[in-house]
Amino acid sequence: MPASAAGPTHYDCIVIGGGHNGLVCAAYLAKSGRSVLVLEAASQVGGAAVTREFAPGFKVSSCAHLLHLMPGSIIRDLGLASRGLQLAADRMSTTAIAPHAAPLPIDPGDPSVLAGLSAADAAALPAYRARLARLAEALYPVLDSAPPRLGTDSWQDRLALLRIGWRIRRLGRSDMRELLRIGGMCVQDLLDEHFETPMLKGALAFDAVLGTNAGPRSPGSVFPLLYRMAAEVQGGTLAQPLGGLGALSDALARAALAHGAAIRTGSAVARILVREDRAAGVALQSGEQISADNVISNADPKTTFLQLLGGEHLDTGFVRRIAHLRARGVTAKLHLALSAAPQFTGLAGSALAGRLLLAPSLDYVERAFNHAKYREYSAAPIVEITLPTVRDASLAPAGRHVLSAVVQYAPYELAQGWPQAQARFTDLVIDTLERCAPGLAASVMASELLTPADIERQFRISGGHWHHAELALDQFFVVRPVPGAAQYRTPVDGLYLCGAGSHPGGGVMGIAGRNAARALLREAA
Amino acid sequence: MLSESEPHYRQPLLKTPFHERARACSQVDSFIAWAGYTTVDVFTFVEQEYFAIRNAATLYDLTPMVKYRIAGPDALRFLNRLMTRDIGKLKCGRVVYSVWCNDDGHLIDDGTVFRLGDSDYRLCTGERQLDWLLDSALGFDVQIGEVTEETAALAVQGPTSCAVLRAFGFSGVERLKPFELGWFALPSAPGAGSQLMISRTGFTGDLGYELWMRPEDAEDVWDGLMEAGRGCAIRPIGSRALNMARIEAGFILPNVDFISSEHTLRVGTGRSPIELGLEWLIDFDKGHFTGRRALLEEQRRGARRRLVGLDIEGNKPAHNALLYADQAGRKAIGSVSSATWSPTCKRNIALAMVDAPHMATGQTIWAEIYLNRELVWERRMARAQVVERPFFAPARRRASPPADY
Repeated sequence: MPASAAGPTHYDCIVIGGGHNGLVCAAYLAKSGRSVLVLEAASQVGGAAVTREFAPGFKVSSCAHLLHLMPGSIIRDLGLASRGLQLAADRMSTTAIAPHAAPLPIDPGDPSVLAGLSAADAAALPAYRARLARLAEALYPVLDSAPPRLGTDSWQDRLALLRIGWRIRRLGRSDMRELLRIGGMCVQDLLDEHFETPMLKGALAFDAVLGTNAGPRSPGSVFPLLYRMAAEVQGGTLAQPLGGLGALSDALARAALAHGAAIRTGSAVARILVREDRAAGVALQSGEQISADNVISNADPKTTFLQLLGGEHLDTGFVRRIAHLRARGVTAKLHLALSAAPQFTGLAGSALAGRLLLAPSLDYVERAFNHAKYREYSAAPIVEITLPTVRDASLAPAGRHVLSAVVQYAPYELAQGWPQAQARFTDLVIDTLERCAPGLAASVMASELLTPADIERQFRISGGHWHHAELALDQFFVVRPVPGAAQYRTPVDGLYLCGAGSHPGGGVMGIAGRNAARALLREAA
Repeated sequence: MLSESEPHYRQPLLKTPFHERARACSQVDSFIAWAGYTTVDVFTFVEQEYFAIRNAATLYDLTPMVKYRIAGPDALRFLNRLMTRDIGKLKCGRVVYSVWCNDDGHLIDDGTVFRLGDSDYRLCTGERQLDWLLDSALGFDVQIGEVTEETAALAVQGPTSCAVLRAFGFSGVERLKPFELGWFALPSAPGAGSQLMISRTGFTGDLGYELWMRPEDAEDVWDGLMEAGRGCAIRPIGSRALNMARIEAGFILPNVDFISSEHTLRVGTGRSPIELGLEWLIDFDKGHFTGRRALLEEQRRGARRRLVGLDIEGNKPAHNALLYADQAGRKAIGSVSSATWSPTCKRNIALAMVDAPHMATGQTIWAEIYLNRELVWERRMARAQVVERPFFAPARRRASPPADY
């Protein structure tokens, strides 16, 4: 992607990190007439939304592999469709799989879904989905807007809180009570209330614990599920960009460039410069200094404050909160280069174009999580599988396939250390898949497993948590990432956050980037 | 000191290395708990001890003061980020008084910083706060350790204190200027050969020194000073007499004149250095320190209240008195945190937190004092005037070299 030569040495705004949020932020700022420079440490933009070659001829979306959370408004605002973003697949189906069990489609609106369920579950599922959808709809504005500050006298803050209260009140008494009841509950209790089919419950729980350091019996595990559903309200269906997630980042970069932003790759920032208690630019690892009126960090909060800025520019209490930010990844990514399309037992060919969830029961998921509590990897992991090459032949040589899997739980701080365990865990995951798709192991031509430790190193995310900070009630909305930095502004004037560590958080959403740009523009106005 | 022979749960209060000597001198068996140690509140009677501070020489065991060693390449950067004052101006062999704040600009504590070497400091303070110090050290190459138990401390204060120290054999101690420190060899056996540190610091507002030594030297030093000071009317004092002297000197005391912001529970009970009249300790130009942004904002907005000195009519100390703008007591504007009759000034003095606009020097306000007349309580509204601190500041506290008296 574009890497312009050294340009001017002063900008209105420098964005540290060309992840999707950094690019969204840069594009909005540039669109508003600011001079913007994006500095990306890696050789390509995209951060954790990139397409990389992991084996000769085989390409894959390296971290995130599905697009479904980015609001249509951002895609339209930035004209991404006309800048090269095409979908290889959308409305992707979801199918629960398990060894020695028939696959179970769990998509809403698919009649075959209900066919695989008991009569009671078939009756309960549509009502369950409808209710969660209503709650998610009410919560969407919370996700979309910048969080208000608590305890201020500002009428804007009070109005924002009132608006949220009003949205929830408008749900009506029954739904409002249900939202308050389940908001802090564990997803297992919720699912046990509604359903009896183990495979259905396991698969529904998967989306609640995906990317979180929690199991279905962890308190508050309903919350990430509601959060995900709320994000999908404006985001749309599960989709796969043509050319992988990197194509989205490339389109975002084109939008930023078209609006006049400059992008420099291979330019790692070493330090944020502060002059007279105000962000004044950055120093690159090369030693080069670039000055700017504002610095917007797409890096995670720990990296931004503790490494790039440094505690001496911050108050102790604030640093304490940042240090306590829960941000230890438990999610690994497995990429397999396959000589042929895998044959999952009993699975219709069309389902291969969707996503497959290996999470056969709540107990299975909870047992997988148990290991993570003790800094071990799961003996029987849960897996989200996609085969991007089914719909996008550009990612592999003709006739070959790529399997892209999100694997949990693989704790960042593995007790035995990842260097010793990485190969064993890779084999374990392939064996696990083999049990659902006999013959798969024999077709593996190459593999790549990215543990949280790899993700930390390769994508410069402290703790290797791809949401930058755990998505949970204690790190959400007005307290994300921490009080004092939850409105994209930071204690240092001119320094902003625009990454997944800020509200609304992780997933390829772009809202944090857009909101940060708005916060900066409002400030300067 | 924790003795080996007894388990810790049988020793709810530790004994300082001076404890046996203090117990031997105690006539009224008045001990109090202070920071986990048992120490003397009164040896004989308060007035006698107080007058020794102002007219002779006194020994005061301040071992329970919490001491931290702060060392390492980033020690100065760490301290400057912690403290409101510019510690960069502190030279080797000197001591500085400073305060430190939380993010809201509210005082966590006050204390003294000793610069013992290039990157070697000692912080002496009233409250334990290792967690705050360690959290403040995040990202700094600095080692912090508590050295309270391994350092015995004895204050030698009063007009004849320098003479006593010289008589004991600390020759050259008279050359120490205020806030200077020096190392002196112990003159007498069996501690002979070991060194102790003497700083010209104190909490009395008078001429005085503080001696920092190994616990095993403590009793020798006590005995030697009592012997050397016999002609100077030296006597040990307890915390009660010291409290009178420190109010005269206008010094604030944690948990009395302010509550550490790490301990306050109620909203609005933290106090900033500006409110405590300590803005002279804030250096806004030295770079960032914790609380700087909040303090700048407070300075811009103007303080809502202020710790002031009060000169109150009558001779009844205004302990905990509520303060009013009017004699009728209709408008409450603050309260007294420390009060005493000052025998030296012959004034009824107090430290009080007073709301704006009544906090300006020269303002007249009213203190509600309760008097116990043989269990018959009376309420008196006493006229009080806002005055400058300190109430008592004799020239001898700064004289170098000090006179012998």
